[in-house]
Amino acid sequence: MSDRHDEPRCFHCQEPLAGSTLTARIGTRLEPVCCPGCQAVAEMISGSGLADYYIRRTTPSPRPATEEASWQAYLEPQVAAAFVSRGPAVDSVELLIENLRCPACGWLIERAVGAIPDVKTVDINAGLGRAHIEWTAGASRFEQIMRTIAQLGYVPHPVTEETTSRVYCAERRSMLKRFVVATFGMMQVMMFAVAGYSAELGGERIDPTLEHYFRLVSLLVSVPVLFYAGQPFLANAWNSLRTRSVSMDLTVSAALVLAFVASTWNTFAGHGEVYFDSITMFVFFLTLVRLIELIVRHRTSSVADALARHLPATAQRVVGEKVESVPIGQLRRGDEVIVPSGAIVPADGYIVEGTTLLDESLLTGESLPVARRVGDRVASGSINTGSPVRIAVTATGSSTVLSNIVNLLRRAQTRKPPAMRTANRAAAVFLRVVLVASVVVCATWLAVDPQRAFAATLAVLVVACPCAFSIATPAALAASTARLARQGVLVTRPEALETLADIDHVIFDKTGTLTRGEIQLAGCEVVGSRSREECLAIAAALERSSGHPIASAFRNMETAGLTATDIATVPGFGIEGTIDGKRYRIGISAFAAELRGVAVPRTGEHIDATTIVLGDEHEALAVFTLSDALREDSPAAVEKLRALGIDSEILSGDGSSAVAAIAKRCGVSRFFARRTPNQKLSRVHELQSQGRRVAMVGDGINDAPVLGAANVSIAMGRGAALALAAADVIFVSERPSALAGVVRTARRTAQIARQNLLWAGLYNFSALPLAALGYIPPWAAALGMSASSLFVLLNALRLLPRESARKVSVTRETRTALATSA
Amino acid sequence: MEILYVLIPLTLILVAAGCWAFFWAVDSGQFDDLDSPGWDALDDREPNSGGAREG
Repeated sequence: MSDRHDEPRCFHCQEPLAGSTLTARIGTRLEPVCCPGCQAVAEMISGSGLADYYIRRTTPSPRPATEEASWQAYLEPQVAAAFVSRGPAVDSVELLIENLRCPACGWLIERAVGAIPDVKTVDINAGLGRAHIEWTAGASRFEQIMRTIAQLGYVPHPVTEETTSRVYCAERRSMLKRFVVATFGMMQVMMFAVAGYSAELGGERIDPTLEHYFRLVSLLVSVPVLFYAGQPFLANAWNSLRTRSVSMDLTVSAALVLAFVASTWNTFAGHGEVYFDSITMFVFFLTLVRLIELIVRHRTSSVADALARHLPATAQRVVGEKVESVPIGQLRRGDEVIVPSGAIVPADGYIVEGTTLLDESLLTGESLPVARRVGDRVASGSINTGSPVRIAVTATGSSTVLSNIVNLLRRAQTRKPPAMRTANRAAAVFLRVVLVASVVVCATWLAVDPQRAFAATLAVLVVACPCAFSIATPAALAASTARLARQGVLVTRPEALETLADIDHVIFDKTGTLTRGEIQLAGCEVVGSRSREECLAIAAALERSSGHPIASAFRNMETAGLTATDIATVPGFGIEGTIDGKRYRIGISAFAAELRGVAVPRTGEHIDATTIVLGDEHEALAVFTLSDALREDSPAAVEKLRALGIDSEILSGDGSSAVAAIAKRCGVSRFFARRTPNQKLSRVHELQSQGRRVAMVGDGINDAPVLGAANVSIAMGRGAALALAAADVIFVSERPSALAGVVRTARRTAQIARQNLLWAGLYNFSALPLAALGYIPPWAAALGMSASSLFVLLNALRLLPRESARKVSVTRETRTALATSA
Repeated sequence: MEILYVLIPLTLILVAAGCWAFFWAVDSGQFDDLDSPGWDALDDREPNSGGAREG
């Protein structure tokens, strides 16, 4: 983050300017921006009087997407109908908004959408990345709302009622309520207990009538604490009893119920110990731990995370000769649908046309795609990694496919990492030991000193609960997943983090992961009498109207008010046009030279570059060098990885000269060019057989098998749904240098998980014998057990990012300018 | 000491009222988003007709 101020950055998205000379008018000032997209968004924000946003924001704004926007699929009337709920007075829609990162973003969207006529309510929840928007019934504003949000650089996704965020919201609310009941109840009961304890300390005894009264009140308060606040634990225990399995909640509940029954009995019998203070305190701590766990978990499944697993809402249905987009829910048995390459199969059926590879990992866990041909059955939720196929629908799930998909989603989300399964198995064994031990302890104490038998048994049940043990690893994984999600790194399988910590070899698959994959202006050499700026402006004016990839290199340049007329494009050679009455040509050198009939100037060679020449009727003006630009932080990525003791290599399908140039500039000594997927696969296996643990960085499209073979697969970019599903880790930020940070986080996660396991194990094994010997009273047992769980959670929370006050730099002048203009 | 027989039920009623108030606050969504409403105070413009926040 420290390099943020070193080079000029875009006012809007804070990316490096990369040679752009564009500016955006913000209030009374001109601010540099990196691309026309950012320019448009920034000027739109400023133009709508919303420039305050730039003062409020705490995270950089999303860079607006230039490619065909995914949200447009939702505009199809039939699709929209599935999401827009129509009421008598208002129509409304629930949106999940990608890139909604901070309250200021929410404010911006609220203002911009609120300004649309007919819109009545805009309710933004920045925490969940959700928006609820209502507008006058029948005023078809859906498209305009979607367009406005997209124009601000966010990606809106309509969601149906049954979304995870809604579930989370309900879960959070009920947990909060239980927590407050437990807190209030604990405080009350403790008050009465203190009265009794302090009298005992003074060597006196509390008035028996008053004591009885206190006990009755404590009993009254304990009932809601135990049966409302503690209800989840009791319910879980009941479930595990019915399924004859052992769960942590079982010992906890056994202790709670035993203590409660004994205390109630003693209250009415008028003699003996009561444990209402221990019960309420225990429930309080248990609820506290669960609440923290819940918050960590919810933070983890950020909006982006939810979207990564979100399946498309539409299917391509074949009707006669035409193909139309329909919501998945409208598919019927017997329909035929087209599943394009990279798309998810929308319904169960069989292939009627085409042969392909299907990734069924979501359903079967099999990571390698399987071949499917005409007549083969396909299951909804699998991903088409091969060529497009046509499918006849046989089933749309039990009720609707949408609900089926929700189930799939849930299953994917609740998949437990192996380490966690091991910990849980160990915990289950330990629990059985505890149950047996408590019986033995009870019997022994009954024989030795019946008075203390009950307290000791209770202490054993409570103190030995391996809660801390079983949340040790998941808490650490959840916290670091949340941390990474904030940095634009999505971890789709939590266990990938464990593997990532041991990585010692990184393969960059395809040069596309290290380069931008778009042509950029790498150099401009002036060879004529005009200045560099003039040459760039002329070139930009000539290229402005062209759709050729080369033209994109000039798209960010200012034309300085120049417009080209009489433009003639000669395919394969270049463009000719008139500016201010003079004729210019830009294109391959021979083409430019034709205009004047002079020899072609030759300049410095670039292996991976192409050069084009700008010339007028008299002379050659400039030579432009174009290249597929390296991502600016690729060399840093390799360097940082080396510092962590990780080797890098490039395994590319591209030609050797291009690969060599990129390897040289990134400082990668080992590279292989012109590799087929099979050769890549065998290279991965070769490395693995040498005992190396390999991470593969790809773009995720054609290299799914290779990605699958590596120990950890990493996909770069916001690519197709396939890329999101196939890789363990996704870099939404498209910054290769983030990789080193991710590895560091993974290593820290592994370290913290180890610390947690060690602590929890030590605690459980040392506390159990002490409790059995009767040295630990039940209240101390409750405290110890809760403290160990809290310790583990708080230790994991160290992985969460600290909120830095303001990550985005806004110069003082800008602030004042904005403040005065607003 | 007899006053305790009146005071303690009173505290219990107060506690119950507190719980009820908190339940009401949670159910009306006041704890769902703890970040963005804080920004509204900084906005000195009149809330426009469309942007009104509803609980």
